[in-house]
Amino acid sequence: MSRPKNQNYKGHGLPKGKEREGEWDFYWCDVSWLRENFDHTYMDEHVRISHFRNHYELTRKNYMVKNLKRFRKQLEREVGKLEAAKCDFFPKTFEMPCEYHLFVEEFRKNPGITWIMKPVARSQGKGIFLFRRLKDIMDWRKGTAGKKLTSLEAQPARSAINPSGSHDTRSSDDQKDEIPVENYVAQRYIENPYLIGGRKFDLRVYVLVMSYIPLRAWLYRDGFARFSNTRFTLNSIDDQYVHLTNVAVQKTSPDYHPKKGCKWMLQRFRQYLASKHGPEAVEKLFSDMDNIFVKSLQSVQKVIISDKHCFELYGYDILIDQDLKPWLLEVNASPSLTASSQEDYELKTCLLEDTLHVVDMEARLTGREKRVGGFDLMWNDGPVSREEGAPDLSGMGNFVTNTHLGCVNDRKKQLRQLFHSLQGQKKVPS
Amino acid sequence: MGSWEKRILKSLNSMCTELSIPLARKRPVGEQKELLNKWNEMGTDEPDLSLFRPVYAPKDFLEVLINLRNPNYENGDSLSFRTHLGLIQVPLKVKDIPELKEFFVELGLTTGQLGIDDSTQVPPELFENEHVRIGQKVLAEQDSAAAQQYVRQGSPTALRAELWALILNISSQPEDILYYEQLKTNVIQHDLLVDSLIYKDVKLTASNDDYYFVFEDYLYQVLLCFSRDTSVLGHFAYSSASPPKSYIRGKLGLEEYAVFYPPNGVIPFHGFSMYVAPLCFLYHEPSKLYQIFREMYVRFFFRLHSISSHPSGIVSLCLLFETLLQTYLPQLFYHLREIGAQPLRISFKWMVRAFSGYLATDQLLLLWDRILGYNSLEILAGKILAAAVFAFRAVNLMEVTSLAAAEAVLADLSTLKVMPLLQIFLFATVT
Repeated sequence: MSRPKNQNYKGHGLPKGKEREGEWDFYWCDVSWLRENFDHTYMDEHVRISHFRNHYELTRKNYMVKNLKRFRKQLEREVGKLEAAKCDFFPKTFEMPCEYHLFVEEFRKNPGITWIMKPVARSQGKGIFLFRRLKDIMDWRKGTAGKKLTSLEAQPARSAINPSGSHDTRSSDDQKDEIPVENYVAQRYIENPYLIGGRKFDLRVYVLVMSYIPLRAWLYRDGFARFSNTRFTLNSIDDQYVHLTNVAVQKTSPDYHPKKGCKWMLQRFRQYLASKHGPEAVEKLFSDMDNIFVKSLQSVQKVIISDKHCFELYGYDILIDQDLKPWLLEVNASPSLTASSQEDYELKTCLLEDTLHVVDMEARLTGREKRVGGFDLMWNDGPVSREEGAPDLSGMGNFVTNTHLGCVNDRKKQLRQLFHSLQGQKKVPS
Repeated sequence: MGSWEKRILKSLNSMCTELSIPLARKRPVGEQKELLNKWNEMGTDEPDLSLFRPVYAPKDFLEVLINLRNPNYENGDSLSFRTHLGLIQVPLKVKDIPELKEFFVELGLTTGQLGIDDSTQVPPELFENEHVRIGQKVLAEQDSAAAQQYVRQGSPTALRAELWALILNISSQPEDILYYEQLKTNVIQHDLLVDSLIYKDVKLTASNDDYYFVFEDYLYQVLLCFSRDTSVLGHFAYSSASPPKSYIRGKLGLEEYAVFYPPNGVIPFHGFSMYVAPLCFLYHEPSKLYQIFREMYVRFFFRLHSISSHPSGIVSLCLLFETLLQTYLPQLFYHLREIGAQPLRISFKWMVRAFSGYLATDQLLLLWDRILGYNSLEILAGKILAAAVFAFRAVNLMEVTSLAAAEAVLADLSTLKVMPLLQIFLFATVT
């Protein structure tokens, strides 16, 4: 199944929205198209498009980190240290080259730990490497010498759109050194990942954002754990197959057998953890993950250009460590929709179908639904409770959030019931 | 019976001769060191296994069972309907549904079950909460008999590992851990031909499974030790099988030079590693995983691939399956027979593997809860479950016209919910 464009929409039996080039009602677009065309494309009220103009505030590693750091400071000021500490789900990260000096300071405070260098804008594990010595970065910096590129070309023109720009322009000293072709971030590598069968894995979770102001976000029940094909060891940091769990990287590993797929559905993962650590520990872990989703979205809430035509389906990459603490690795604006197995294909097809149901081009929903297919409404300008009726925020102990990640996804049945009742409602004349 | 065992051994010996590999050899020191280093990741080893073949597969075993006859049995003139239509032609006594209902009374419609009454629609207060509380109590009191009774209604996920250990009387004492370490040393020092068979089996089955591939390394750590564990020989005392014997070179036939081969007397067949795979979900410490598996094997699994008249033996299970199907779903049974798709041919592999690899893991564990609880395999591999599966897909099966098509209808069991199936078949069918 390749990435769908308008064709996908046609499959829903709705009138073709595209007769001539430029005439469409719904566009599942590429980010490159967006960059080139969004600003000068007129969209009718009912039109929907699958990205926010400046989604990179969340999905580019350097921007995400900046926004999170700023949000954390804000929380500390306005609410307190405890609340701010809830933002500590991303490993210490420094933007390169502008934060190089800060990085070196942190590096020297923690001798012997492993760091990971990631290109800001690439995906599928490309360009990533691990290091323990400053010398390794020196070599790398020298290696990219001679490749001149202005920093403007490497990043989209931000200043015009984002007046509150949290960019730090460093001293011109840094500019004198050769700037690499693209920006990188140096991040503290998580050396104690949770292992299953001796293997490292990360989780892919899907979050659908229908608007930022107010913030409305849905969490999909299904997702998967992606396993590295080889056993985890810190001895071979050069072996990217050990450390990188993207399926794209694993596919090139000599060990890779396509039949394997190296993925577990989240339900299986959740059951495995429950049988090993008990239900309470698992509840806490999943609740901590909910926190990651919400806080990360809140951190870019004021920065993302709000546009009622836009919605976005994000792919969150989460790493769990041995203390069952979840870490945010990154957020993807264009999560891969190609399928590596039958199970995968089904997950992604249903995910897309349910996304379309939530987007609701046909205006069938009332807008008060808390669940549509496999999506649960996680945040609606405030936490959403599992219980019926108004959320009781005072009694912290009673509040259970409306998220069911890794739980049973009986979406077909739910959709049937939902649309049946909607039909019933519409029949009654107002 | 004896001829089947002779055949297996002959097959093993000829593989040995063809490939010029000794049944056993001592490893050179360098190799020992290497293996020790790689002990936790033996899966990364990719030895050339192309020349090895599994000694036998379930379908070969089925052929043997089909041809079993009891020469002492006198049919008499009134030919019983039953003995002619199924594949199994040995007249063993098997329970019928009323007897099964009595035996499995805790699975009845009015009793709460995990696998049914813990589903999302049912409020936990009705059954689940109380059931969990009782389970915790049973564990606190370390009452093995109570645990066995308890799991008949299913075990909560978080308590299962401990409950099973309690029922199987496994407690990791220092001497148990030491014993396992000793076996491991054995593996390091000596290489056995069966090791290659084990490797091959794991690579072919568990490694290709969507869920169990993760546990590949544990499987080697368990199975390689298992084949060297002479304590397993003890189970032959109550099994009708006997362990294969091999003779020191040049001393063929001389009993004092006979050794059991492999040392535990069990020659693995295609799919054997699937007995271990689901247990990896519950136990993560190698010696504990090992003990649990060994106990499960000597109590239950061995019956699935050896010929005996025991009610939990595979022969009885097959007969029970065919009888149930023929009695309660006669139309389906005859139809399948007509198109050359004898039901047993399809369900046999499920039963030999105790459904491992065919059912989703959580369902499988619920099923194995009941095996432990009733100390019987009748439920699963239970012909009963197999029969229930056929009943469940009866409508589709009535429409097929070939064995291949029948296989296709029954190829994917991963979406089945075990407990509702069983209940319907046992308690809700009009008899």
